[in-house]
Amino acid sequence: MSLSRRQFIGIGGAAVAAMAAPGLRLIELANARSPAEAATSLQRWGLLVDISKCHDCDACVTACSTENGWYGHNRPASDPQWIRKVTLKDNQSGYVETLPVMCQHCEEPPCVDVCPTGASFKRADGIVLVDKHICIGCRYCMMACPYKARSFVHEDTTNQKPYAPRGKGTVESCTLCVQRVDAGRIPACVEACNKDGHEAMVFGDLNDKSSEISKRLASAPSTQLRPDLSLNTGVRYQGI
Amino acid sequence: MAHIHYREFDGPGPGFYAVLGVLGALILIGLAAALYMEHNGHWVTGMSNQIVWGTPHVFAVFLIVAASGALNVASIASVFGRQLYKPLSRLSGLLALTLLAGGLAVLVLDLGRPDRLTVAMTYYNFKSIFAWNIFLYTGFFAVVAVYLWMMMERRMNDYSKPVGMFAFLWRLTLTTGTGSIFGFLVARDAYDTAVMAPMFIIMSFSYGLAIYLLVLMAAMRGSGREFGDVVFGRLRILLGVFVAAVLYFATVYHLTNLYITQRHGIEGFILVHGGQFTTMFWLGQIILGGVVPLAILFSGVGKSRAMVALAAVLVILGGVAQMYVTIIGGQAYPMPLFPGKTIVASSFFDGQIATYTPSLPELALGVGGFALALALAAFALKVLPFLPQSLSDADADPHHESAAKKQAAAA
Repeated sequence: MSLSRRQFIGIGGAAVAAMAAPGLRLIELANARSPAEAATSLQRWGLLVDISKCHDCDACVTACSTENGWYGHNRPASDPQWIRKVTLKDNQSGYVETLPVMCQHCEEPPCVDVCPTGASFKRADGIVLVDKHICIGCRYCMMACPYKARSFVHEDTTNQKPYAPRGKGTVESCTLCVQRVDAGRIPACVEACNKDGHEAMVFGDLNDKSSEISKRLASAPSTQLRPDLSLNTGVRYQGI
Repeated sequence: MAHIHYREFDGPGPGFYAVLGVLGALILIGLAAALYMEHNGHWVTGMSNQIVWGTPHVFAVFLIVAASGALNVASIASVFGRQLYKPLSRLSGLLALTLLAGGLAVLVLDLGRPDRLTVAMTYYNFKSIFAWNIFLYTGFFAVVAVYLWMMMERRMNDYSKPVGMFAFLWRLTLTTGTGSIFGFLVARDAYDTAVMAPMFIIMSFSYGLAIYLLVLMAAMRGSGREFGDVVFGRLRILLGVFVAAVLYFATVYHLTNLYITQRHGIEGFILVHGGQFTTMFWLGQIILGGVVPLAILFSGVGKSRAMVALAAVLVILGGVAQMYVTIIGGQAYPMPLFPGKTIVASSFFDGQIATYTPSLPELALGVGGFALALALAAFALKVLPFLPQSLSDADADPHHESAAKKQAAAA
């Protein structure tokens, strides 16, 4: 069997990639925080959505649902939605744009303020979560959230992911894929958007001035949703 | 005023037990409804991720607000020294306790996880007004129980004034806390206003007195005791003043919102084109719950006790309507997520008016809470001396003409 030069380069390239991939994965794991190590305020995780690159698709929504195991029952009003796509039209100009909306991971989260038991909490690294063990299902956080980011689990749950527990009668929302972030990976929505070639979402550490997200935010104007509320959100948008 | 005598409810047994039976049935239906909702999950109710607080909250908040208001009658006697109200004080404290119990039962049974009540009582986030309320509500039970003890135990009577003062301050704080559940919500246009706290206080005066008056009328009549025009007339006018004050606060609230351009959306929704909420506001809250009772209470029509009772019933129904408009109407109007833009598509109902229809289980749970409050009160009236033996004009006012006649007859 003789290989043409082209074939040789092709197979050789694939072999190098196959060997490098686990290595890259190891680097990823080496960078990750050990499970025993607490999240610290050295990081502030954030997400940048570039609306000019956001297409009329829902790859981010599907990826989130698959990753975190939330799904509907054909009852849109009571079905959970951790992330959704919203299409806007400017009242003056009629300009139409589409963007994903999810928990904005506020620095001053109203949901955390109002939660009577402390089930709604913010980690030191800025990720806002619900402790499903002490959520009593009062839904006050849903009244307080300006972004309508939270869902109440209206029915029994099945096929839960071990890293994303859900429970009937408790409240849930985007976790910024905390299980991935803690393993040094990026959230599922961002990964899906990148995979489709849109690259409308950038995840990273807002405290690290050399991170891509910090550089992008420093180089072009961006906004928060409801900036009037001074919540200093971790999710930022460009191009609204 | 002469020494006041109190006695247990001693009306005809069959009537009393029939009432208790009906209330018991309503409580059981309410419990069954709660079990049904918890078993299936909240999707079987009218609630959704858009309307997260539904009819149970309407009833629960109404009862909690009314509970603090029911204590007012006792406060008028202890704190403000009005002797005329003294015989009315025990029932006032009793209703405050039972109405709060009814409201809290509904609130807890509507939680996503009512089984975690112990969690709510052991984990606290003190920045949450809900967490404060847990202390204010449980504290209210203790404070009013002690207050009743001071009133009912002759040796402790001297302390009823300071304890009554403390209970009065506590109840003002409690209703401030309840109003602030909404007042502190920055995200929604219908809330986020400091007027919620005083408005809820004045609403409590009105709802609490309406319920108090009806229970007092029923209990006095049911046990064949005299309920003279002096006391009755005073309570009637007082209710009228409270109803007017509620209308005043509602006016201030809406005028303020009408002045703020940003809030024209929510005001247009509630006042003009909000469908069921607009109807509920004008017909329920304003006309039936405010204007009609005022007309009855302050006119010659108010000479008829049946009409005054009707006015009190309307105040209660209007109060429930006001809660419905405030709690559910306030959520149904979408939050201003993107000012200056129209949301043309969203899979999560962004920018849309949320629909809501109360479901039967929700109504049953709410009514069950009412029934629990009344059943507890009826039971307590039967076993302990809460009711004055007489509220005759002669007892109420020694200078009343009927007293003079009585003295003349005795002479």
